[in-house]
Amino acid sequence: MADAWLTSVERDERLLVDAGGGWTLAELMGLDRARAALVAGLRPAGGVARIGLESMDRLDTAGAWLLHRLERELAERGWRVELAGVRQPHAALLDEIRRAHAEPAPAPPRVNPLVRLVAGLGQGAIHALDEGRRLLAFYGQTLIVLARVLVEPRRLRLTSITHHLEQTCVNALPIVGLIAFLIGVVMAYQGADQLRRLGAEIFTVDLLGIAILREIGILLTSIVVAGRSGSAFTAQIGAMQVNEEIDAMRTIGLDPIEVLVVPRMLALMIALPLLAFFSDVLGLFGGGLMCALALGIPPAQFLAQLDAAITVETFLVGLVKAPVFAFLIAMVGCYEGLKVERNAESVGRLTTQSVVVGIFLVIVFDALFSVLFSYLGV
Amino acid sequence: MQGQPVISVRELSTRFGSQVVHEELELDVSQGEILGIVGASGTGKSVLLHEILGLMRPVRGRILVLGQDLAALGDAARRALQARQGVLFQDGALFSSMTVGQNIQAPLRERLELSEELLGHLAGLKLALVGLPLDACNKYPAELSGGMRKRAGLARALALDPEILFLDEPTAGLDPIGAAEFDRLIRGLQQSLGLTAVMVTHDLDTLIATCDRIAALVDKRALVGTLDELRNLDHPWLRAYFDGPRGRAALRAPLEEA
Repeated sequence: MADAWLTSVERDERLLVDAGGGWTLAELMGLDRARAALVAGLRPAGGVARIGLESMDRLDTAGAWLLHRLERELAERGWRVELAGVRQPHAALLDEIRRAHAEPAPAPPRVNPLVRLVAGLGQGAIHALDEGRRLLAFYGQTLIVLARVLVEPRRLRLTSITHHLEQTCVNALPIVGLIAFLIGVVMAYQGADQLRRLGAEIFTVDLLGIAILREIGILLTSIVVAGRSGSAFTAQIGAMQVNEEIDAMRTIGLDPIEVLVVPRMLALMIALPLLAFFSDVLGLFGGGLMCALALGIPPAQFLAQLDAAITVETFLVGLVKAPVFAFLIAMVGCYEGLKVERNAESVGRLTTQSVVVGIFLVIVFDALFSVLFSYLGV
Repeated sequence: MQGQPVISVRELSTRFGSQVVHEELELDVSQGEILGIVGASGTGKSVLLHEILGLMRPVRGRILVLGQDLAALGDAARRALQARQGVLFQDGALFSSMTVGQNIQAPLRERLELSEELLGHLAGLKLALVGLPLDACNKYPAELSGGMRKRAGLARALALDPEILFLDEPTAGLDPIGAAEFDRLIRGLQQSLGLTAVMVTHDLDTLIATCDRIAALVDKRALVGTLDELRNLDHPWLRAYFDGPRGRAALRAPLEEA
């Protein structure tokens, strides 16, 4: 016999139930099966049912609940239930369970997966549009504050701008430089591989110059900065939001946009063009090094060819995008940070979102710039 | 009811770098009592709780829980011991990605093979025991108030019918009415379920309303005794604690109720 049992016999119109052993959570599954069998095997007409607990060793809440359930089910079928041989600690527990009057917890509502998919798609679309509208409103709000700050320059927080310039520009130099250099190397190698078939290896230099200056340098830098600084902005401001620092600022009359957003935005708008320039230089250096080492184009020839291929305009077309991208990244970073709720989980979620939205916007605007430049014929 | 100690701490020493938190600390918790741990901030109340729970290893000393030495336990024995104790963390520490019902069922699913029907019944039972409405079951922790989160945390702590219940600041962050209700709830559950409870608290009202004995962490050791015994000890911190304005007010209250 198991460590816990539930048995019954009928004698002289009386149902004698013996419940004993350790009625605990560990035995619950087996005891519940015994209960179901006992109740199912009952004849409909009732009588007196005596539940004997004389040999009950241990009883926990789960066991007491099961006993209570049996009691109720017998009563529902017209039996008069008597508990016998209940010892003291068990009696108190049974009373507590009867008083608590537990009902089964409702199962979570189930939705057809297809309906959920369609509903999710709709909700997602509405949410994205709504978010876009709010982000646009935030842009406007920030521009108004920026205008106020420019009219009244003493409101410009130079210390904060310098600090963020160091964080986003100086500290980003190694990673931006390394990535630009390696991409220059890869592009030179891959470009030369294709152009060699046409006997036009020398045009690798043109490819490098135009691609890096117009597109790759700035795009790559923006993506790294979105991952590095955009996320940092969200996490910093988000942590302050969790800590109620933003609310504290508002109560003492400080405008969080003026104190937190404007300095970060201005710092990033200065930092990104500088980083893009740095990235251009290192990209070309990497490409040039590859040309010299692997393709046999000496540096002097590289420079002469580069000079013929590009103009200052090529360089400026790339660089003019930098402040715009910086504005987008900083705005998204700060906006998501201010959206953080008072729990740590939302900091993580919104930081991820800030990077994704930041990179998305950078690439969308890069495409828009391409369209614009092709209209302008540059 | 005084019996075999459920928890006994022997010659416990804890250090963080050069800062000594506990030195030769001794503590016994008897079967069926509620022991309150008090002490000024930084005296290592929560550290002591973490050590008894096995979340932290002391520098020196032995901790026996239900007769088993924590330091000597293997993985299987440790898991078995964990099933016999429940913990209510300060803000409930509910898993935020799960509903309250799933939170309560999480330890049951992990340890036992139970049918969905029984799991639903057990979750409903625990909710009823801690006085939460049934519709809280499908809510997420973020949708609950602080008091409800604590109750839900208590329901999860009780899921496996533990023999020992640990409570970390059970009434911190609750309004006085909510705190008083929570005190009654803990006392009531402790009596009907026959639990042994250890609570860390700052709240004098909770201490007086619920605890059988008190361990005061002073001078890196624990002074243990009933409320009256500790009040008669001549120690500056205990004097300041019990005879300060808050202490006096809290001590007066039960007399007026009676």
